[in-house]
Amino acid sequence: MSEFEPKIVAFVCNWCTYAGADLTGTSRIKYASNVRMIRLPCTGRIDFMLLLKAFEQGADGIIVSGCHPNDCHYTAGNFHARRRWMMFRSLLDFLGIDTRRIHFAWVSAAEGAKWAEFVNSVTDQVRKLGPNEQYQKLSQAGVE
Amino acid sequence: MARIGVFICHCGENIAGTVDVFKVAEAAGKFPGVVHSVEYKYMCSDPGQTMIKDAIKEKKLTGVVVAACSPRMHEPTFRRACAEAGLNPFLCEMANIREHCSWVHEKGEATTQKAIELIRIMVEKVKRNKPLYSIKVPVTKTALVLGGGIAGIQAALDIANAGHQVILVERSPSIGGHMLQLSETFPTLDCSQCILTPRMVEVAQHPKITLYTYSELESLDGFIGNFKARIRRKARGVDEKLCTGCGVCIQKCPQKKIPSEFDAGMGKRTAIYVPCPQSVPNQPVIDREHCTYYIKGKCKICEKFCERKAIRLDQQDEIIEVNVGAVVAATGFDILHSKDFPEYGYGKYPDVIDGLQFERLASASGPTLGAIKRPSDGKEPETVVFIACAGSRDDAKGIPYCSKICCMYTAKHAMLYKHKVHNGKAYVFYMDIRAGGKNYEEFVRRAIEEDGAVYLRGRVSRIYEEDGKLIVKGVDTLLGAQPVEIKADMVVLATAIVANQDAESLAQKLRVSYDPYHFLSEAHPKLRPVETNTAGIFLAGACQAPKDIPEAVAQASGAAAKVAGLFSSSELSREPVIAVVNRLPPPVFSTCTGCFLCEKACPYQAIEREEIKDRKGNVIKVVAKVNPGLCQGCGTCVALCRVKAIDLQGFTNEQVYCELMAL
Repeated sequence: MSEFEPKIVAFVCNWCTYAGADLTGTSRIKYASNVRMIRLPCTGRIDFMLLLKAFEQGADGIIVSGCHPNDCHYTAGNFHARRRWMMFRSLLDFLGIDTRRIHFAWVSAAEGAKWAEFVNSVTDQVRKLGPNEQYQKLSQAGVE
Repeated sequence: MARIGVFICHCGENIAGTVDVFKVAEAAGKFPGVVHSVEYKYMCSDPGQTMIKDAIKEKKLTGVVVAACSPRMHEPTFRRACAEAGLNPFLCEMANIREHCSWVHEKGEATTQKAIELIRIMVEKVKRNKPLYSIKVPVTKTALVLGGGIAGIQAALDIANAGHQVILVERSPSIGGHMLQLSETFPTLDCSQCILTPRMVEVAQHPKITLYTYSELESLDGFIGNFKARIRRKARGVDEKLCTGCGVCIQKCPQKKIPSEFDAGMGKRTAIYVPCPQSVPNQPVIDREHCTYYIKGKCKICEKFCERKAIRLDQQDEIIEVNVGAVVAATGFDILHSKDFPEYGYGKYPDVIDGLQFERLASASGPTLGAIKRPSDGKEPETVVFIACAGSRDDAKGIPYCSKICCMYTAKHAMLYKHKVHNGKAYVFYMDIRAGGKNYEEFVRRAIEEDGAVYLRGRVSRIYEEDGKLIVKGVDTLLGAQPVEIKADMVVLATAIVANQDAESLAQKLRVSYDPYHFLSEAHPKLRPVETNTAGIFLAGACQAPKDIPEAVAQASGAAAKVAGLFSSSELSREPVIAVVNRLPPPVFSTCTGCFLCEKACPYQAIEREEIKDRKGNVIKVVAKVNPGLCQGCGTCVALCRVKAIDLQGFTNEQVYCELMAL
């Protein structure tokens, strides 16, 4: 179990978090290499079916991150994302999926260090939770 | 069948130092659909781009993945290269294996593996890329310049002299900004007003510049080339067309003891006032907070004495709407205020002042007409202590950055003081002397060697009053951390430069990024220092970071050159990353059911309704249609659409799901 390295998928917006992660790079701040980033124009673009797809593909943890409230490049996309996120989270909880595997954050283009910290903390948490076998079992429930 | 080419960049040692690029190239060559996989030292260089172009032609590539730096850096470079080789530029994608991989992870197997996976993700995406074509949009050749300080003035003049219309919006009653408040400027000691006021007049008289003072940006909509700005023209209380600036109203105003903002509180002004005699425009405003008429309901003395009948006591704020093609933000800075320095007694002792207040004391147009008199009793101070880095480079004050100009203006202050008070003693406490700039170091040496300012390297811990003197307790670290105590008559703090209080809300109106200290962020720290991440919005001056005058002017001219470049053609092409509603053959026509959730969600009102009719003209159904001119491509509608009838070009559902499938 100690060798387990979780697979983390991050859905990020192009303007804040993707740029913030670029800044982490230019600042040469090291963080866990478990994360794979999917760039989208805005968190508002994130259809939460994508998150389920990521779980289905064996993701152990998921990050959704975009601009701070009021800072959205498209004015309001992050508010849509936030509202949808609140609904989606409670749905996952209702379905019995461990919500500790999904994390939401606001990381601006200037917060390179915050991104590194955030990824590290999510990776640590998910590493402790172990592989996401639960989702695989759940999706196979009832299938003989 | 897809024929994808993968090009892996070493970026010198930047990528190859941590990622095994040869292994990555080998692994990428085995991905389904990849027919060509190579690595090279610098993909962005001319030979690197030629490699890509040649491969497109020789291998008949249908898609290209460049694994290198961030797409925010070089995506346009590589897309241009693809276009030159005849491949649609939107069939080129970048895998970010530098900022998101080699720079942030340790050398090792896991990092190489991550690079391979990032490329696999992009290969799966690019297989589903469709050729897209840039959208042409018209350009409104009018620029909006926000802020009438030296940066805004310079930008406005440069753009106007290039032959374009400029709207200059200034919040205060006059243009000129902080530079107008300064006495002399370093390192030449020429008078600030003498070099600035001719420019101000030029702005006012320029046929292509429309000046709105005492006005603020209310909101900004639209996109590059096609912004719509709403400007609030605050009620001046004076009809600008009638007022000649004779100043009788100012002489007659009974309210005479209001601390003058222009004099940084060192002088007084009336309720109807112009900031200073050199104001442009030279037309007063009524400060309603202090005006007797607005407080007590009667007075109207100004109205009585105004021969031109220009006083408008019932004037209301007015909102005007203008169409502009580009915006230059030149909103400047503020300085840290008194409440932040209890240990120095700033705000408590009248003779502890800040740098801007000292400028007013030293200025020939200031309240003392240039005589150095301390505020408490008007006496000439015999000993003055200057404290550099008051707040700057101080984590405890939340300001880790250097304010950049204080070393220089403190030296200037010490000099000016010594020039005016020949037998006076000037002490300067400093942390380091940062005098990088043409003739700057020489200037500081002059202050020390010729004018005899005493420089003490160390910080001041406390200032308190005793027997009419200010006791400054500090330390001299060059003498082995010796405590120093100076009995001073006046203390000048070089307080830190901070962003304007409303910089955050301005950034939100302009939809540009800002840093933790609320300075507006440039698109790239080195290569795009005047652009922002929002196309068509440029930065000039200290709203981006602390700057001195030459730097602010240089950046303003840079921003103006960018604007002039943008305005050089009548239309510009925009990335075709926009939403589209699917259209299918009859009898379906479109999977859109016409719920119009997208219409509610769209922040740009880009969703229109289209009626699908049969041959007789009967409406079969009403479906959504995206106006490509208005859509900005956020994709909020895509995530909301219940039937997935709407999709975002460049980030389609198919593309993103396939990216996930490649995990």
